[in-house]
Amino acid sequence: MLARIQKKLSPVEAMTRSHRLRWWELLPWVAGIACYFLFPPYLALGSQIFIMVLFALSLDLILGYAGIITLGHAAFFGVGAYAAGILSVQGWHEPITGLIFAGAAAGAVGLVSGLIILRTTGLTLLMLTLAIVFMLEEAANKAGWLTGGADGLQGMQIDEIFGVFRFDMFGHTAYWYCLAVLFVAWIFVRVLVHSPFGRSLTGIRENVVRMHAIGTPVRRRLVTAYTISAILAGIAGGLLAQTTQFVGLNVLSFQRSGGVLIMLIFGGVGRLYGAFVGAPAYMIAEDELAKTDPVYWFFWLGLLLVLVVMFARGGILGLLDEALRLVKRGRR
Amino acid sequence: MEGLLSTIISILFHGTAYAMILYIVSVGLSVTMGLMGFANLAHGVFAMAGGYVTVTLMNSYGVPFALSLAAACIVVALASIVLERMLYARLYSAGELEQVLFTIGLIFMATAAAKFAWGPLPQRMTVPEIFHQEFHFGAVTFPAYRAFILVSGFAIVIALWLAIERTNFGARIRAAVDNRRMAQSLGINTGQLFTLTFALGSGLAALGGGLGAEILAINPGYAFEHLVYFLIVVAVGGLGSIRGPFFAALLLGISDFACKYLIPEFGAFFIYVATFALLLWRPAGLFGRA
Amino acid sequence: MSAVLETRGLNKSFGALRVAQDINFALGAGARHALIGPNGAGKTTFINLITGRLKPSAGHVLLAGEDVTSLSQEARVKRGIGRTFQINQLFKGLSVLENVTMAIGEREGVAGDMFRVAGSHRRVVEEAYALLERLRIADDALRTLKELPYGRQRLVEIAIALGLRPKVLLLDEPAAGVPSTESAIILDIIDQLPRDIAVLIIEHDMDLVFRFARRITVLVQGSILVEGAPAEIAADARVREVYLGERHHV
Repeated sequence: MLARIQKKLSPVEAMTRSHRLRWWELLPWVAGIACYFLFPPYLALGSQIFIMVLFALSLDLILGYAGIITLGHAAFFGVGAYAAGILSVQGWHEPITGLIFAGAAAGAVGLVSGLIILRTTGLTLLMLTLAIVFMLEEAANKAGWLTGGADGLQGMQIDEIFGVFRFDMFGHTAYWYCLAVLFVAWIFVRVLVHSPFGRSLTGIRENVVRMHAIGTPVRRRLVTAYTISAILAGIAGGLLAQTTQFVGLNVLSFQRSGGVLIMLIFGGVGRLYGAFVGAPAYMIAEDELAKTDPVYWFFWLGLLLVLVVMFARGGILGLLDEALRLVKRGRR
Repeated sequence: MEGLLSTIISILFHGTAYAMILYIVSVGLSVTMGLMGFANLAHGVFAMAGGYVTVTLMNSYGVPFALSLAAACIVVALASIVLERMLYARLYSAGELEQVLFTIGLIFMATAAAKFAWGPLPQRMTVPEIFHQEFHFGAVTFPAYRAFILVSGFAIVIALWLAIERTNFGARIRAAVDNRRMAQSLGINTGQLFTLTFALGSGLAALGGGLGAEILAINPGYAFEHLVYFLIVVAVGGLGSIRGPFFAALLLGISDFACKYLIPEFGAFFIYVATFALLLWRPAGLFGRA
Repeated sequence: MSAVLETRGLNKSFGALRVAQDINFALGAGARHALIGPNGAGKTTFINLITGRLKPSAGHVLLAGEDVTSLSQEARVKRGIGRTFQINQLFKGLSVLENVTMAIGEREGVAGDMFRVAGSHRRVVEEAYALLERLRIADDALRTLKELPYGRQRLVEIAIALGLRPKVLLLDEPAAGVPSTESAIILDIIDQLPRDIAVLIIEHDMDLVFRFARRITVLVQGSILVEGAPAEIAADARVREVYLGERHHV
């Protein structure tokens, strides 16, 4: 996190208070609320940004904290999207239970796949995550009777939230719906990350040999984290399905996995707020640049990625950290 | 019965040709990943570049096939040396995540550049005259070009295997793959070794790209489209191995082809399931070290 | 004397290379035992076999009479094994206090809690801090571990092992490469270890070995050459041969 301010606290105090809320942690929510009033024509984009922030947040939990490198996170996003979509098409239109169902479905896939593949590491693990997402994409492609195949899942219908708030054409309801879900998810993830469980994930990432040697049930922790991450990604997918009332095959694509990974890298991995910075930055840039010339966008995206990896590994937040450190040094 | 036999032979033939292309492209990746421990997802870019150079030389400049192919390999190998020294070398000590992201960035750039330079459509490759014939065995037809690919693939794996097992260069590679620090303390210049091996691997990839332009079409999306197949061949074969990817490519290439042909409703599903199962059974690959 | 730790017929081979040959070893409660031998004798391998980091090709490991050979590292730690590594295995990016808290939290069983419970968390942190004070590195409590010099990092390594309150403590060359200020602290700590813990030290420093050990085992090429009281070992001709040969090359 950004530098701890030590106000003459004893070390024990400093450590037990490290999870207290800081003022700048409320900025995303202030911004989220403000944007509703400031940018009325962009509400649909706003909802999509919140969805991507949630997706990136779920990835940060396993990538940034537990250190599990995966190219298959779209698998959970996609399962959640299709679960919510299929549920709706089959006749259940209540949104919130639909979202819970999406999360549960993705969580189930996460639990089973996690139990199987988390005994491997490195390239093998990476390959297995890839294999899973490709398998699911193929399955969704071929099972047209269920998923709509390459044409996508159509005919979704979503009822009013709490029976009152209807999903309107201009995206007002969707905006607040996504923001609210993101808020709840954020509270949950924040508590988790500051908990002993969250710290132990960092320990596993930093030195798994040591973790084994202090009695940590490493695999159990990893599978738990992986499942939680899958649930959150599934909820993000469900939100996408419910707000656009459509599910296409691209929710399960390798590009989707790559995209969310890039968003997180741009923001900063392993610091909870990387998702909040990276996802909007990426999506706004894509919205602006990809429209004019997709080739142009693709090239600069690649170049930016290369530059970030070589010179700014901590992403935007990492650069901010550096800047603050220089400022502090200047003051002295 | 006659029909079944000829179907099987046909599948084996075409599947093996497909597998040979996969192998020729992927073997370079296997060695560099085993040698440098570097997850180079952009390997397909070298194959794509090889394909583009070959096709452009042939179509736009009338350069004969063999010469175009050779030129493509050399050009790509040289370009890869520049890339390796300037960019890749800085990331050898970086984490796996950085390497993955860096190489994905390279794919993006290469894809955009290819689309800009050659347009989005696949390149047409006209095979040289001498390959415009077919061999017939009973009911089965063997296009001569595919047969050529088959023979090339086998020749390459034998040549590589001999090079690795019988030459000094190969011995140094094996030592460095096995234990880099020990190799360094024995006086092996690992930096130079990396660069040379990288160039060799990229040159081979270019060869595979050019040779296989008929099977794996050359288009801007090449590197992304076939990335997972190259990775699968390497991971299932075993990093750092020459034989491993060969057998993995055969196993997966033939079965993938067979499945897509015989059970189109399941199509590509099989190869992913097979990969999944194989990697769980042997996480280090069929010929990898645990 | 019932053995707290015992190995029976422990064997380990990597292909044709036998790194552990029929090791029968026992450690009683309160033992002060040293394991010595030339480089490559298989001492660290033996420790890895005991802790479960390596699976034996044959033989058994017993903790307080229970066969733990098929148990994971974690399970053995829960049954009272603690170890330090020859090369520090620490959380370089975390603070010193966090490093030790991690271990104590696991021991207390609260490390898996998904919600921080203020009371128990504070107790764990306080215990960690107290341990740092005992090892005289409390001043560095909030510093990131990688900023510390090697000697002080070694103290953190030992703090972690102590934080587990093990019944069997395995120290792999605890003072190796450590400057004299820190090694003095380490020796003090070892002297002050609770009487009921069984301690096994791998060491090359003979002064430390003879100061600390009541019993010494000599391991050569994977098997036990001889075992006995320090005086016996010092007088043993075979041991002298093994070590004198070694010393001359130093």
